[in-house]
Amino acid sequence: MANVTLRNVRKTYPGGFEAIKGVDVDVGDGQFCVLVGPSGCGKSTLLRMVAGLETVTGGEIDIGGRVVNGIEPADRDIAMVFQNYALYPHMSVYNNMAYGLRNRGMAEAEIRTRVDEAARVLELTSMLERKPRQLSGGQRQRVAMGRAIVRQPKVFLFDEPLSNLDAKLRIAMRVEIRKLQRRLNTTSIYVTHDQLEAMTLADILVVMNGGQVEQVGNPLAIYEKPATTFVASFIGAPPMNLMSTRPEEIRSQLAGSAAADAGILGIRPEDFVITDQTPDGGVALPLTVEAIERVGAETFVYGSREQEEQRVAATPGELPPGEIIVRIPGTEAPAIGQKIRVAAVRAKLHLFSADGRTRLEA
Amino acid sequence: MVEEEGFRRYVAHIILWIGIAIVAFPVYLAFIASTQDNAVIANGQMSLLPGGHFFETYYQTIFVGTSGSTREPVGNMMLNSLVMALLIAVGKIAISIISAYAIVYFRFPFRMPIFWLIFITLMLPVEVRIYPTYKIVADLHMLDSYAGLSLPLIASATATLLFRQFFMTVPDELLEASRIDGAGPFRFFWDTLLPLSRTNMAALFVILFILGWNQYLWPLLITTRDDMQTIQVGIRKMITTTDALTEWPIVMATAVLAMLPPVFVVVVMQKLFVRGLVETEK
Repeated sequence: MANVTLRNVRKTYPGGFEAIKGVDVDVGDGQFCVLVGPSGCGKSTLLRMVAGLETVTGGEIDIGGRVVNGIEPADRDIAMVFQNYALYPHMSVYNNMAYGLRNRGMAEAEIRTRVDEAARVLELTSMLERKPRQLSGGQRQRVAMGRAIVRQPKVFLFDEPLSNLDAKLRIAMRVEIRKLQRRLNTTSIYVTHDQLEAMTLADILVVMNGGQVEQVGNPLAIYEKPATTFVASFIGAPPMNLMSTRPEEIRSQLAGSAAADAGILGIRPEDFVITDQTPDGGVALPLTVEAIERVGAETFVYGSREQEEQRVAATPGELPPGEIIVRIPGTEAPAIGQKIRVAAVRAKLHLFSADGRTRLEA
Repeated sequence: MVEEEGFRRYVAHIILWIGIAIVAFPVYLAFIASTQDNAVIANGQMSLLPGGHFFETYYQTIFVGTSGSTREPVGNMMLNSLVMALLIAVGKIAISIISAYAIVYFRFPFRMPIFWLIFITLMLPVEVRIYPTYKIVADLHMLDSYAGLSLPLIASATATLLFRQFFMTVPDELLEASRIDGAGPFRFFWDTLLPLSRTNMAALFVILFILGWNQYLWPLLITTRDDMQTIQVGIRKMITTTDALTEWPIVMATAVLAMLPPVFVVVVMQKLFVRGLVETEK
């Protein structure tokens, strides 16, 4: 049981490349913290620094009230689950789990108890004598989990543990991991680039970009009030529609509020309604329907705005300029080529400064 | 079409059989000659069927040797060759795997220069540096010893390179998992890297054993005592006789005996090979 606190943590590689540019995160005891961000944002590096696999060039990492900057990975009281599982290929499942305990000089009887217990929890009991290559991807993943559990560490570290699994198994394992973490009540840090995984698992979500923290907080709070346009378009699928407020069409609708001076307007696809009315203080846009995606429970309408506009921010998952996604329930949808009008109420508008770095209250 | 394919297959088989005959006939001839009487061979009237001197000749070869100038039993020569080949194979694997481990997994000053130094020795086989090597071995009083026979041949880069390449394919996460599991450098090497290298070591052992067994020039230089002779050197000494007729049956028996250990090693290790290839690990 332990808190993990990162204080102004930095990582500069010998070549001068700054991978982590000062990160402050506080993960409370038993909390599940998810680091999410596009590839190359430094989230894996940060996790590996907590594990002790990468050196820390600035700041402090504190696990359970002890600064661990100079402490070997084995002595940090952590356990890590790797993306490719990193099981020892020549050892049986049992030995894979027992190896770390044997290295610590634990009695064989105690090891047997712990491994059997972990195997029971993870439904691996019948596979203890098999080699990793005789297991399926999901089973290997569970062995990797088992290897972490038997250690009974203060902190679990997960480095994209589900990305090698197929979509169905990924969802099943995601739920498993969450249940297991709740049961063991062990502080966990989990790295992923999958925003859905991040949203569903996290107690605290840390959105990272370019070696910096963009926003920290409760996943739903982040979803409802993204601090920057990066977070706005990264969290949520399909991404938030972002558009410049410069065109007269939008500027006039925002007139009379502080938001009129804002640079970027964001509206989530699900906050649009197809209607001819303009809600008071809200924003309405005329669109030409270009494509329809029906996925059963909901339908995505891709429309283009009549007024072309400048690209507002370069962020992953962003739509091409002038394109708007509208998400509507059910399968009823306008025809392709049809001209429609969509509107969003004032409370659902997100406004950002022109550089996208600051959120403005509407 | 079917006929043509059948015909082609026959042609292929015939070519293969001719190939086998070309390779196998001299071996067969050597065996036949080793069972004949020396006078028959000297007359040039040797039959292509085995003669009646098999046990007699092989007994004399293994336990007595030729009756001429070098009276060294071939059994002893084989033992010398075996010790040398085993020392070279085992020594080289041991040295190489350790040096490759150092080069791949440790950051120390002059790591790359040291790697290149090892690499460059590829261009300097024993034949090229034979004078200085002889001088060193002589100064260390290792002439006529197993150490002198094997040490200079153990020092070479091929196996180091092979292990380096293999280690570089081992995922870094295995090392990291070991570190988190509390395994230090020695334990990681012993518990993880060595078991994973098993099939590589088996392959290298086959190659190096045969290489060591077939050494000729170096043992010829370094050994002067008859009882330290290796079998390859011994065969040649048997052929050049000054005062008597070459005892061809014994020479041929020695040649046949010299072939057996490498064949044995290949046959035995091949199983391990194939098993290693089928059960892909990592």
